[in-house]
Amino acid sequence: MERQLIPELYRKEYGKMVTVLCSRFGIAYMDIAEDIVSDTFLSAAETWGLRGVPSNPVSWLYAVARNNALNSLKHDRVFQRQVKKDLTMDGEKSFEMEIDLSPKNITDSQLQMMFAICHPSIPVEAQVSLALRVLCGFSIDEIAQALLTTKSNINKRLFRAKEKLRLEEVKIAVPDSREISARLDTVLVCLYLLFNEGYYSASPDKVLRRDFCLEAMRLTYLLIGNTSTSMSRVHALMALMCFQACRFDARVNDNGELVLYEDQDIRRWDEELIQRGNDFFMRAIRNNEVSKYHLEAAIAWWHTHPAEEEQKWENILRLYNQRLILEYSPVAALNRAYAFYRVYGRERAIEEAEKLQLSGNLFYHSLLGELYTGVDNKQARQHFIQALELAGSAAERAVLEKKLGSLK
Amino acid sequence: MKEFALIFRIDGGAAAGAADISPAEMQERMTYWNNWMGSIAARDRLSSSGHRLGIKESKTIASGNVVTDGPYTEVKEFINGFIIVKAQTVDEAVEMAKGCPILFAAGGKVEIRPLVAPDDNK
Repeated sequence: MERQLIPELYRKEYGKMVTVLCSRFGIAYMDIAEDIVSDTFLSAAETWGLRGVPSNPVSWLYAVARNNALNSLKHDRVFQRQVKKDLTMDGEKSFEMEIDLSPKNITDSQLQMMFAICHPSIPVEAQVSLALRVLCGFSIDEIAQALLTTKSNINKRLFRAKEKLRLEEVKIAVPDSREISARLDTVLVCLYLLFNEGYYSASPDKVLRRDFCLEAMRLTYLLIGNTSTSMSRVHALMALMCFQACRFDARVNDNGELVLYEDQDIRRWDEELIQRGNDFFMRAIRNNEVSKYHLEAAIAWWHTHPAEEEQKWENILRLYNQRLILEYSPVAALNRAYAFYRVYGRERAIEEAEKLQLSGNLFYHSLLGELYTGVDNKQARQHFIQALELAGSAAERAVLEKKLGSLK
Repeated sequence: MKEFALIFRIDGGAAAGAADISPAEMQERMTYWNNWMGSIAARDRLSSSGHRLGIKESKTIASGNVVTDGPYTEVKEFINGFIIVKAQTVDEAVEMAKGCPILFAAGGKVEIRPLVAPDDNK
């Protein structure tokens, strides 16, 4: 029984415990916090195997983590000197009292840690990896697998990011009102990327990918639950995630093959998530803020409507125009060209798409392949072949090969 | 990459008549503008989405602090807005301006002017 229980608890509790300990000790001691929690799970594996699982495994873990932290403080001289000095306390007793693993403090610590991790001094890819490891408790193995890279790359990325946070003496705190708006934007970019890593990852592990999406939504929800961070663009991002995630089951079939949007079975779209998305979106538009998340949520909302709905693609195109006028993004530019095709047809869309000059981009070539199909099949074939060379996953290659096959 | 302001000019009468057009026509014009600016933005060439400039509440002030109403829409080349684009050369900026919906309006013109860097005194 404990064979499944421990990995499950690890996923749920590791991040919480590391976050609480780390926000107690300071950002420089993230490694020590991680070691303490890892040791705690090690003792759980040993003890529970011998003596059986305790009646409340979570409190057991918290109690042991608390003790381990206390022991580290007692025995590790460097840690003792530094942390004790940083905490400016006098006795062990007060230290013991201060490791607060109550639900409220866990939530508060996670919120603060989110801002520390999403610090503008480290690149967004590193922020995502750190968030996955420290806030969400994914293992290095899982992160490497989902991000399609090696364990050693992830380790290096994490090491550099932690080093940077330590050198910058980044505070584990929710920024004050002067800074919050700009800092929140960095957090939102990270959460959106985290969501997309799960949603668009070419990794075959569907459960893991879904967990990434759910974690991104959970962290966004933490921002909504806190008054100083519950801004309308946060609601918009949450709505966007709901509208996207509603197609999670529909976009991959039972054989693990990607199902393109046009071919999806609408009955497999998750109605409940669409409804939740609507609720968040209503709250997002209470003031007049129009962020890129508002526009993307509106685009995603139109995508939850069946194809034949009147003005659907006209509206999507208008929104993509607005999105790009607000801020350029190559993905949005390519999607705009697709929407342009749906409104004005292939030939005019080819002209628009070719102006983008995104040669070497997988989606640029697969879009042009699609647009040229039936207009100039020779061009279509060339673009699909170029896309095939760029495709990273078997699922993507399968879709492109099917398209190529149908050209003959 | 250099920056160029695209300044939109129309016949003043056309600007004044804009209030009389039908909602459907208005919608169509909005779509044109939206697609044209979207197309520039999709190439990452939009530096600023600029502004439309209104008619009501406009004043002109001349030397000696003489304030007059207007410019009135009687003027031939009424400026009604601008955007700023990024382009390698002025010719490239001209190519972008070619699709501008202002050119469909009576007397519609786009003036293309380079932004001058603060330290450029040539």
